[in-house]
Parts: sequence; C-alpha cells; structure tokens
Amino acid sequence: MTLISLTITDLLIAASLVLLVALLSWRLYLGSAKQLLIAATRSAIQLMLLGYVLHLLFESDSLPLIAALSLFMLSVAGYEVMARQKESFRGAWGYGIGAVSMFISAFSITLLTLLVIIQPDPWYKPQYAIPLLGMLLGNTMTGIAIGLDNLTRNARELRDQIEERLILGQTWSQAIGDIRKDALRSGLIPIINAMAAAGVVSLPGMMTGQILAGSPPYEAAKYQLMIMYLITAGTGFGSLAAVWLGSRHLFDARHRLRLERLKKR
Amino acid sequence: MPRLTLAAITTSLLDPVDLVISEGETVVLHGQSGSGKSLLLRAIADLDDHSGDAMLDDTACSSIPAPLWRRQVGYLTAESCWWSALVGEHFPEQNPELVCRLGLPEEVFDWEVNRLSTGEKQRLGIARLLANRPDALLLDEPTANLDPEHTNKAEKVIKDYQAQQQCPVLWVSHSPEQRRRIADRVFRIEGRQLLQEPA
Repeated sequence: MTLISLTITDLLIAASLVLLVALLSWRLYLGSAKQLLIAATRSAIQLMLLGYVLHLLFESDSLPLIAALSLFMLSVAGYEVMARQKESFRGAWGYGIGAVSMFISAFSITLLTLLVIIQPDPWYKPQYAIPLLGMLLGNTMTGIAIGLDNLTRNARELRDQIEERLILGQTWSQAIGDIRKDALRSGLIPIINAMAAAGVVSLPGMMTGQILAGSPPYEAAKYQLMIMYLITAGTGFGSLAAVWLGSRHLFDARHRLRLERLKKR
Repeated sequence: MPRLTLAAITTSLLDPVDLVISEGETVVLHGQSGSGKSLLLRAIADLDDHSGDAMLDDTACSSIPAPLWRRQVGYLTAESCWWSALVGEHFPEQNPELVCRLGLPEEVFDWEVNRLSTGEKQRLGIARLLANRPDALLLDEPTANLDPEHTNKAEKVIKDYQAQQQCPVLWVSHSPEQRRRIADRVFRIEGRQLLQEPA
C-alpha cells in the first residue's frame, strides 16, 4: 500500500464542509461563524508553513539546523509553561524551572530514543528527531504546567497550614509534603488517562497517522505504545523535577515560606 | 532549664530588642494591635527574615537547623491552624491526661477538625504545642477566645508545664487581670520601643 497524496481539490472539499457549518450557523443566527473561519484559516497557514519548514529541514539533514529548531521549540515550550500559570516565580526561576525540567526530561528522552531505541542513520535524522521531540515537549509541557500551577496555587491558599507545620518544627519538605504530592498527581493525570483510554476509546493521533500513511496496524501499534511510554516517562521526570525544584524554591535555607518569590500574572 | 536571650532582634516595626528571660520567668507583652507583637514572636521563632539573634542558654538560633530551633522555642500563634482531617493526626503523641486538664474529653483525638469551635481549637493548640515538649514558650494571646473557666484551666496547664520544665515564657496578653496573675515583668510596646511597666 502506498500513500495516497491529497490534491488541492481534496482539501477544498474538506474545507467546504467547514464553510457549510459556518454558513448554516450564520443563517440561523447561532454565532461562532466568524471564529470558526478565522481558526480554520489560521490552521491552514500554520500547518502549511510547518510542512514547508520541515520539508527544507528533511532535505538538508543538517545537525546545526535541527539543533537550532529543537532549541527554538524548547524555548517556546518554556515560555508556555510560564504563561499557563496564575502565579509564577520571579526572575530567572519563572522561566528556568519549566525549561530546565523539560530539558532534562523531553530532551534527554528524545536523545535516548534516537541513540538506543530507533537508531536511525544518521541518529539525528529529522524525520524521526523533530516529531519525537515535538510530541514529548507538547506532553511534558502540559504536565509540568499543571503540576507547577497546582503547587503555587495551593501554597498560597494553604500558607497558614504550611507555616503552622513549620512552627511546630517540621522541615520544609514535610510542611509542603501533601501539597507537593497533590501537584505531582495533577501533572500526571492527563497521561494516565490517555494510556487508559488508548485503543479502547480513542485511537491515538500518531497511530492514526501511521495507518493512514500505509503502515501495518500492528507496526503502528508498537510505535504508539513506545511513544506513550516515552511520553509518560518524560512527563513523569519533568513533573517530578519541576514540582521538586518549585517546592524547594518556595522556602529559604532557614525553612521559611517565601511566597514573595511568586508573582501574579 | 535554659534562659531565653534576645540579642538585638529587629523587625520592621520595632527597634532592636535586647531582653533576657530567665528560667521559669514569665514576661508579658502588650500593645495595640498592629504594634508588632506577633512580628517579634515570628522573628524569635525564625519565621521571617530578621537581623539579630535569639539564644537558648548558649545555643544561638542561627547555629542550629531552623526546625530544631522551632521545636525548642514553642511558638503558639493567635489562631491555631490544622492541616489534617482528624485532631489526632496533628499530635506526635496523644496525651489524654493533658487534654482533660484543658476541659476536653479523651475522645477529642478522634474528632474532625472542621467541627471544632474556636475555643476548642485554641485549647487543642496549647495541647499540641506542649506535646512537642519545648524548652521555652512564645504565646500569642493563648486564652483570647476562652471563657473565664477555660481561661483558668489553660493558664494552669501552661503554668504547671512552666514550673515543671522551668522554662522561660514570653506571653502576649491584652487582659490586665491576666497580666497581674501571671507576669513577673510586663512590657508595653510604645512606638518602636519596648517599655517596662512598674510592677
């Protein structure tokens, strides 16, 4: 089975369906038509652009270029983590916690996968490296953002409880233990749910894509499983690192709660 | 048992405080709300950034880990705070005899925290603090929410502990009668100063 290439006409048929929905909702005074059309146009431009960039990258096979794109993706993800929090740390920590956690999880797991598991030739072959990194970054980013947001929000809300525990002689780690546990759990719940539903309720995106591209379903399932485990490991390591670093930075060396290190966004 | 020395402890509201509370002595502090009493206690318990140092005998706060110091100086906040569902989960060891002397039943350890009244919380806060067996006591209005009967009980429990351990006590109290009952020395916060009142 070979890949059936989509023509412009094919895309236009799909697009006309969206247009039809927009038209219908406009005629029935139901609103949303404008947003729908704007979003559809945006996605067309963004995805075409991405396709073009990846095309150039795949042609070149240049390590510096791939490294540059990877770092760009990481820095955007670091910013996203910060932007998704109601309160983030002041100064370099605000950006640093997310970026460092993703670097040690998503980045190193991608490297491990390329060098040990898939072993493409060359090892940085962009057809493998970029989508892998993208999937890992996207998922760890969500886990880290949720975990950190949960941590800082609860630390502010339950500050009296934390301080009472410090007053009674608990260490910073004991005093924030319950909150930290909650934060880590909240970061991991999306991926745990995704694993539980995979193949029963949902057909994961990557597997769908591979099947459409002509891979045997069994091969696609193996790839999907590997990716899911990698994503889980990445989200796990990333959330662990972020929640641990974050909770540590909420206290100083004298085990005092330092909420002034947070700023509201 | 030790004496508590404050060496130039400075908070944002007060000039440096130098004070020595001998073993078994009770120093009472009062002053308008917002005058910096709680901030002073927090600084002694090393909960806020501050300059100066506190010492129990020759052991300086800055020379030992903060959690160890806090267990020794026994700070009771004006409003006790509870983080677990059941009362008993907050106690390192349960002492039924102690809670009975505070006018609470033995089963109190099985009670749910969110069912407690303000007065019950305050008395349990005292019990929880004493269960740590501190070497000094920093008490922020420990009987503010108690009726006269329970105030007497709480005072007696604290005084008995103090007599038994010979520990120095720094006690914030707004009640003139209580000050007469318990104080060896009384200080009032005036502006940025601690002024000793005549006995």
